[in-house]
Amino acid sequence: MRDRPLILGGLIVFLALVTFPVWYNAAAGTSSRPPQLKLPAGQKECVAPVAFMKTSHMQLLIDWREGAVRNNVRTFTAYNGKTYNVSLTNTCLDCHGVQARAGQADFCGRCHDYAGVTPKCWNCHNDRPRN
Amino acid sequence: MTRKGFLGVTGISAAVLAARKLRSVFAASGPAASPPVRWAMVIDTQKCLKKAGCIDCIAACHKVHNVPEIKDRAHEIKWVWKEPFKQAFPAQETAYTEEAYKGKPFPVLCNHCDNPPCVRVCPTKATWKREDGLVMMDWHRCIGCRYCMAACPYGSRSFNWVDPRPHLRRIDIEFPTRTKGVVEKCTFCAERLARGQAPACVQACKEQKALVFGNLADPDSDVSRLVRSRFTLRRKPGLGTNPEVYYIIG
Repeated sequence: MRDRPLILGGLIVFLALVTFPVWYNAAAGTSSRPPQLKLPAGQKECVAPVAFMKTSHMQLLIDWREGAVRNNVRTFTAYNGKTYNVSLTNTCLDCHGVQARAGQADFCGRCHDYAGVTPKCWNCHNDRPRN
Repeated sequence: MTRKGFLGVTGISAAVLAARKLRSVFAASGPAASPPVRWAMVIDTQKCLKKAGCIDCIAACHKVHNVPEIKDRAHEIKWVWKEPFKQAFPAQETAYTEEAYKGKPFPVLCNHCDNPPCVRVCPTKATWKREDGLVMMDWHRCIGCRYCMAACPYGSRSFNWVDPRPHLRRIDIEFPTRTKGVVEKCTFCAERLARGQAPACVQACKEQKALVFGNLADPDSDVSRLVRSRFTLRRKPGLGTNPEVYYIIG
């Protein structure tokens, strides 16, 4: 049993290395839980049901873009019969566009950060200043 | 039935079927007829020159479209700007025009040509001609190759060599800015036309009424009446681009 310190030391080093991501995230203040989104104040519904928006907002945005820019279709009739102006800048970002930091809206940015994606929408489309 | 009779009946039946099919195809392709639209602009230069040094149209356009003001001429972005007579109408120049129009620059912009060379050369269809005549830009699709700039004989297109945002004094949040690496130009205010408004430059020139915008396909529109009653020039007509911005000179 002369190797006991060596084995124990090795085990400790092994455990520290294996659990390193957990400590690292805890120290950095990030977590594996999905981000808690702050919903736009004073708004009750989006242009499509939440479940659809969560999974397919990118497809909807592409459809809107093709419609407005290339086919001059500027009105969108939602699932509940309401009509919206087809515009990322003036419809989506009017509600969701409150700025968190330069280059990405708060609402959008939290999920994009979590999912590790960096869409370039904000290179051109303007989010709204904080106040 | 004889062989001859059989072939005759078969032939006639086939002809009848083909005729039916053809008729249904033509009937289906006829859309609900909407009146034709061809947006065009007439610039009355006499009215424009009356107010010396006026840049209301340029300021209004550049403000609503977030066009940056970059001092370095190699990087400058312009949608509407002014050119001396010589540059605006090179074929019309005489030995006296320079003196006659000294210090009197003409407003110029994208001509929204009927035969736009920029559209022919764009490899990604980021620029294309709409049915109502607007030569549109899709900045999502532009890859920044600048073929269109080489093709445009009017210099109507500018390239974003740098990120335009730091050069904007004020950002109008309702209109997107552009990003580094795309080409931009006047769009005849497609976003305003969609809302039934006149282009921003025309709106800004309300007092002088030097800029007239309208539907050239409608014989009763202001632009139609003007081009039919006044002598107008177009920029570099010999190139065959068929510009749709008309200038009343005298």
